[in-house]
Amino acid sequence: MTITSKTIKQWLLSSTVAFTCVAAQTALAGPIENYSPVTPARLENPEPGNWMLYRRTYDGQGYSPLDQINTTNVKNMVPVWTFATGVIEGHEAPPLVNNGVMFITTPMGQVIALNAKTGDQYWRYKRELPEDLFQLHPTNRGVGLWQDKLYLATTDDHLVALDAKTGKVLWDKKVQDYKKGQYLTLMPLIVDGKVIVGGSGGEFGVRGYVVAYDAEDGKELWRTFTIPGEGEPGHDTWSGDDWKSGGGSAWMTGTYDTDTKTVYWGVGNAAPWPGGLHPGDNLYTSSVIALDPATGKIKTHFQYHQNDSWDWDEVDAPMLVDLQRDGRSFKSLIHPGRDAIFWVLERTPERINYVNGWTFVHTDVWKGIEPETGRPIVDPAHKPTLGKRVDFCPSLWGGKDWPSAAYSQKTRFVYVPANENFCGGFTGEKLPLVPGQLWLGTKAEDIGLTVRPGADHFGELQAWDPASGKKVWSHNFPKSQLFGSVTATAGDLVLVGGTNDRMFRAFHAKTGELLWEQKTNSGIMGMPVAYEVDGTQYIAVQSGWGVDAQRIQDALAKGNTGLEDNVPQGGVVWVFAVKK
Amino acid sequence: MNDHPTRRSVVLGTLVACASVTGAAAGDEDDPRKEKRPQKGDLLVFSEGERAGQTITPDDLKVGEPPVHAWPKDAANAIVRDGSRLNEVLLVRLDPNELDEDTRPRAAGGIVAYSAICSHAGCPVTAWIKATEGNDEVFKCMCHNSEYDPRRGAQVVFGPAPRRLAALPLVIKDGALVIAAPFIGKVGGQQG
Repeated sequence: MTITSKTIKQWLLSSTVAFTCVAAQTALAGPIENYSPVTPARLENPEPGNWMLYRRTYDGQGYSPLDQINTTNVKNMVPVWTFATGVIEGHEAPPLVNNGVMFITTPMGQVIALNAKTGDQYWRYKRELPEDLFQLHPTNRGVGLWQDKLYLATTDDHLVALDAKTGKVLWDKKVQDYKKGQYLTLMPLIVDGKVIVGGSGGEFGVRGYVVAYDAEDGKELWRTFTIPGEGEPGHDTWSGDDWKSGGGSAWMTGTYDTDTKTVYWGVGNAAPWPGGLHPGDNLYTSSVIALDPATGKIKTHFQYHQNDSWDWDEVDAPMLVDLQRDGRSFKSLIHPGRDAIFWVLERTPERINYVNGWTFVHTDVWKGIEPETGRPIVDPAHKPTLGKRVDFCPSLWGGKDWPSAAYSQKTRFVYVPANENFCGGFTGEKLPLVPGQLWLGTKAEDIGLTVRPGADHFGELQAWDPASGKKVWSHNFPKSQLFGSVTATAGDLVLVGGTNDRMFRAFHAKTGELLWEQKTNSGIMGMPVAYEVDGTQYIAVQSGWGVDAQRIQDALAKGNTGLEDNVPQGGVVWVFAVKK
Repeated sequence: MNDHPTRRSVVLGTLVACASVTGAAAGDEDDPRKEKRPQKGDLLVFSEGERAGQTITPDDLKVGEPPVHAWPKDAANAIVRDGSRLNEVLLVRLDPNELDEDTRPRAAGGIVAYSAICSHAGCPVTAWIKATEGNDEVFKCMCHNSEYDPRRGAQVVFGPAPRRLAALPLVIKDGALVIAAPFIGKVGGQQG
């Protein structure tokens, strides 16, 4: 194969176009001096120029208050430095920034500390992964920041604490056994000195969990399973022993309500996929659970859909937004779901109430939503079952997979990286569970992705008014899926990659007008961020295609769409600013 | 601290462990010989299905049929080497005339053997389907769609895998399918 040489060639081409100093790739920035400890107060109210949480703020909005780069001058935005990670596969992490220091994570468990202004490297940590590791999702979504430490969750299912100034390992805890299909890809959520992570493994028949560790010494403080055990509320939504291997992985970072001290965590699909193999509602799969971060106790929950049969993880945690609707103000949870439903919920300290829901891409699975309960009404003709091929829309990647939507506090719109016109299907099959092996309830080669007849686009960047439920604008991508997280800024910009043409784009937040684009080395799955150093605003993103964006591309290339399977891999950090 | 042992410490540990288990009962779950890579002289047994554990003979493999998944077996000591997933093997019988010059000497009666672990991210190679680019049936890893052509030394013919599957030379001896030499090439996914 020529992946490596192809990647290097592509990088060189990109570097030539950008005015990037190649020598900077090997320069060392020296020791990190005057590192700013990440305190509880700084996480609760981060400085505008920093990006220290997965979505910058605990509310998960993915919004930067910086406006130096805006709709007027973004046309003059140019690359100021790049940094090749030397790693292939999906680079999904945001470039985190704490007062001039940037932390990058890559697939295969690497962490790189960079000078956010110059791109010079401070240090690099490389996880030594076991040689027999089975990486279904070779990726990582970032390190948690707390005081002068960093926390990396690894695909061999460890939680590793690093010294932020040196990259030295401070402690290393085994979370679960990777040989049984347990792994971690998320950025840990740090709340009040607790490092909170949730496990992957929904395709291996695990019983999902969220677990908290003491940030200082790595002591396990609590572990809450996402599937209730015997005697616990919700256990009766399972039949027999199905709960022991029922999935409910929890592989994305939660959001946090600092007022009520409640963590909201998204929970994944039920396992194996066909619902007939695990009859019942299957709490808390495909749900959001509200956790007390002090104890791990589940305060309340809302299940987006019951008896999941489509591999529709709802792991992307809901955004916390203050909304006005029907003449009243309320504290909402907003979740554009993988199940194709745009969910608006009300959060109170005791309950999560259904407020409104509508489909935001084509689906044939739901006949409607029960108005009182928010329970979607399923069409059994499009619910996978045993022994018969069943097709459904959208595909198993859903209306919006894990890439995050954003909410702008200026426009009050939600920006969704949606995928339209995709359908899927498979034949359910009862197969024995072998620990550590895929357990899908179908043959992997039977999984399909099809395009609806007459489809004129796939990816769709959508702007919604969550208060009214109206779509404000959308931008269609005729020849590409959209598989990257979205970030909004106070400069009225919406930033997103996610397409197979390797572009990074900026849209006008109010109108959807495409204002700027830059072709990068690879496809972008990573989350864009905005930050500021010495009075200059920067935009940063990792370009590095892989994992599910690649899987969709493979399927499209085979599906008579005229598309080629030629998106190069290899990670590069791109940093932009307005040319002065 | 990082609690993964280094390769050297694993090797040393294995040697010590080997020495200390000389008298261990055959098939003991902790027997380090179960983790040892396939050795010259090992037989092969089915790793899955109704015949799991039974010895595979050349007659169990027919041209045109899908691959069989197998574990190596130290026949002298009745040890099935299923202690590491890196030991799992794919066996398939092909038309000997289709095999290239590197592959033919490793085959036995058209039967070829390869590591079942994808060289990309370490997933199991489970499918036998028509190639994405071409008409031949090939091995496919369903995790990330890498495809390997067993006629040409399991060369990568599609997908992100950086190198071919490790090959396991075979010979037919006294009617039995026997491993002729250790793996040729690296077993397992890339780590960085």
